[in-house]
Amino acid sequence: MCGIVGLYLKNKALESQLGALFEPMLIAMTDRGPDSAGFAIYGDEVADDSIKLTLRHADENYDWAALAEKAQTELNTGVEWFKNSKVAVFKIQTSAAIAEAFVAEAAPDVLILSAGQSIEILKEVGLPENIAETFSLKGMKGSHIIGHTRMATESAVTMEGSHPFSTGMDLCLVHNGSLSNHNRLREELKREGIVFETENDSEVAAGYLTWRLQQGDSLNEALTNSLKDLDGFFTFTVGTRDGFAVMRDPIACKPAVMAETDDYVAMASEYQALTTLPGIENARIWEPEPATIYVWERNSQEGAK
Amino acid sequence: MKTINLTEQTVRDLNQALHAQAVECTEREWEVLEPKGQHNIACGLDQNLSVDIKGPTGYYCAGMNKKAHVTIHGNAGQGVAENMMSGTVRVKGDASQAAGATAHGGLLVIEGNAAARCGISMKGVDIVVKGNVGHMSCFMGQAGALVVCGDAGDALGDSIYETHIYVKGEVKSLGADCIEKEVREEHIEELTELLNRAGVDEDPAAFKRYGSARQLYNFKVDNTSAY
Amino acid sequence: MSEDIKVKDGLRESATFDRTTMTEIRRAAETGIYDIRGFGAKRKLPHFDDLLFLGASMSRYPLEGYREKCNTSVTLGTRFAKKPIVLDIPVTIAGMSFGALSANAKEALGRGASLMGTSTTTGDGGMTPEERGQSTKLVYQYLPSRYGMNPDDLRKADAIEVVLGQGAKPGGGGMLLGQKITDRVAKMRTLPMGVDQRSACRHPDWTGPDDLAIKIQELREITDWQVPIYIKVGATRTYYDVKLAVKAGADVIVVDGMQGGTAATQDVFIEHVGIPTLAAIPQAVRALQEMGMHRKVQLIVSGGIRNGADVAKCMALGADAVAIGTAALVALGCNHPMYDEEFKKIGSAAGFYDDYHEGKDPAGISTQDPELMKRLDPVDGGRRLANYLNVLTLEAQTLARACGKNDLRNLEPEDLVALTVESAAMANVPLAGTSWIPGKGF
Repeated sequence: MCGIVGLYLKNKALESQLGALFEPMLIAMTDRGPDSAGFAIYGDEVADDSIKLTLRHADENYDWAALAEKAQTELNTGVEWFKNSKVAVFKIQTSAAIAEAFVAEAAPDVLILSAGQSIEILKEVGLPENIAETFSLKGMKGSHIIGHTRMATESAVTMEGSHPFSTGMDLCLVHNGSLSNHNRLREELKREGIVFETENDSEVAAGYLTWRLQQGDSLNEALTNSLKDLDGFFTFTVGTRDGFAVMRDPIACKPAVMAETDDYVAMASEYQALTTLPGIENARIWEPEPATIYVWERNSQEGAK
Repeated sequence: MKTINLTEQTVRDLNQALHAQAVECTEREWEVLEPKGQHNIACGLDQNLSVDIKGPTGYYCAGMNKKAHVTIHGNAGQGVAENMMSGTVRVKGDASQAAGATAHGGLLVIEGNAAARCGISMKGVDIVVKGNVGHMSCFMGQAGALVVCGDAGDALGDSIYETHIYVKGEVKSLGADCIEKEVREEHIEELTELLNRAGVDEDPAAFKRYGSARQLYNFKVDNTSAY
Repeated sequence: MSEDIKVKDGLRESATFDRTTMTEIRRAAETGIYDIRGFGAKRKLPHFDDLLFLGASMSRYPLEGYREKCNTSVTLGTRFAKKPIVLDIPVTIAGMSFGALSANAKEALGRGASLMGTSTTTGDGGMTPEERGQSTKLVYQYLPSRYGMNPDDLRKADAIEVVLGQGAKPGGGGMLLGQKITDRVAKMRTLPMGVDQRSACRHPDWTGPDDLAIKIQELREITDWQVPIYIKVGATRTYYDVKLAVKAGADVIVVDGMQGGTAATQDVFIEHVGIPTLAAIPQAVRALQEMGMHRKVQLIVSGGIRNGADVAKCMALGADAVAIGTAALVALGCNHPMYDEEFKKIGSAAGFYDDYHEGKDPAGISTQDPELMKRLDPVDGGRRLANYLNVLTLEAQTLARACGKNDLRNLEPEDLVALTVESAAMANVPLAGTSWIPGKGF
């Protein structure tokens, strides 16, 4: 049970202000989700022969430099990195598989929050304003961003249980609602090799999309299939390398509102999260239809339209 | 006229001031500035006031309204005018889901579109929507009238009791026990009067009427697929 | 007697397909509809009878009955409301609708509760003037159907109870069949006379705790933050539901166990959905304690409360008050043996009658028939209810004093032991004579 916000910039001139535009949107959803908050920001892309990982360690003083050095030596490649609170972003000139295997081997207590060319996922337990502050959201740049504030329903209030959940390379998901068949689905997905960190229903939705994409579905096909296989109430926003997608279940009780201008497309659980956006007074505003997939992307990635 | 700016005062201050008018009415005309999508603005009014809200509102704006005339100059969030008893609520923009839910009386006018479940469980209110309404509108509608000048989404009037539904445009699908019905003279009269009250310029003759087939009023074993 | 003869003849009844089961199969085959009935769960469940108190002797000192005070009053709604409710006794009357019950029955409940300084509660179908007039403390239910819901009554209420579900049917809506929709009931619910009424199972304008937080704020705004807002849930995933109710902003949480009664719903719902009241209380209390909200957000427990021992045990497990429904109706005369002949005429018997939805109650309680209704005098009924509430209170005080408490709310789980492994596990108290609590957590 939660608040969702997303902002996708059409106007590149605004990219330096992405964090500043987004921060009040996230904070506006505090009442819907006071337990934890997080966001996935896209931008600062690495080249196609490189991979960007968002890593997290529970200890804020974790020695990332040592890990970076080890990666450099063992993988015999260039590593750039920076630290943000308990999280570090590593840019490694290698494939995702090799980089992820290295982290699992060299630092088993480090959690990989995201992997891709563009995505960084940052999330923590606490009030949205504190999380924005912790990660210095205001100063962040990028092309698009989706965020989430969580009111935990049945699973624990932990960093692992907060959104966004990574669903594959440069993909992540945030969810408002409550799934009713996630326990059995989680078992089926585990047999398919999907790994879960929590008892969270939204993580199952993310795992489901990961699995469908692995099976060769396009994002559109994966979302269409989820309408058949997921039961319950949900509004999903899925972040992609080039934009985002929004979908509500066929009953569509959980709220969602969209706004579009020449400069941006934004989505939120409630309109009040959109009020600080420039030119919102004249934006086109509407609510997504049930069981309908909405996609905004800059260079339409194949199959995602 | 009294003006309250919601960036300077809270929704609580506003509502308390408006509720005080039910005890002793000192000011009939109110203007609310910069609502910025906040929830529960001008709910629980109980006086013949005129309240102009200059901007978009959040959930339950003008909820349970009695006597007052509330105009929202912008979009309205979920459950606008829910359980209204009397008076008028006018939304200049679009309304989110469950507009006029369970409302017992008065008139709700939505000049833009209304989302899902418009008029759910309505109990006597009249609702006029200039644009379209979303799916499951008028679900379990008990009394009153719903007028849609645009199109209606899926499952219109599902499990309806005695609400009168008039739609000018397309109906995507009708819900269980809702059927198209003959438009008689008294319906043209009712519709004409509703459109006049709402200030909407449409030809009553262009509308179709929908209502209850009354097949689900008492359990019949052959209807089980509809339950 | 006939049982013995059959056994003697070597006849053996199937435990799986017993006569009740076979009758139900035949009934289903004849009618094609599920069985609808009133009352609560009839199956045997782990209950408060499986718990015992450890009275004081050497290690603890008891209080003297009648001389040394044992407080029974409780204040509900201290979190946000400007006017919390003070109850003289920790036993309240649960929500029961006008429509399901006659106007006289509703009035009798109000009179009885008022005589004892406690509250009564409206139900689906709105507030009647009789009820408001006779109840000094009245809780107004805010239900999914919103039948008869209006802001004037909301403002007249001493507290508002947002109903998400009830113990007899968590996840389901009510049923009131056409027979009981008389002119007055129909008018209050804005329905045509004589139609079946299927109450909604979800609220029409919000879903989930994030939306509920906004709904609670609306109700507070409309009532100018004066009165407490209760959240009522049927006992299922109680631990989570209580936490979410607190997060959404409740002043008071009402947890209704599966033995809680109903006016009418599917038998399959009553007997197969929910958890026993005994199992729900420790979950609710743990949720409140973890949030630092125990005693700050008050907990009312209902579902199968019958005597002062049940009251005291609920409170020992951590409830602030209890609510009674079925027991209150029995005190008014529901299922009374004096009507046995008439019960037989409608295919039931005194003590077995549960077809509240048919509206033919010979005791004149769950009916809208003007002739039957007259059989319940609201003044006499109110007096009987007050007597019964008084006995519940005296009994609970007796047990509390025996445990050395000068306040009912000072009873603790440590004052209890369990007779069965099941009840020990559910209530989180040791098996009698041991220090063993089966299992840990929930």
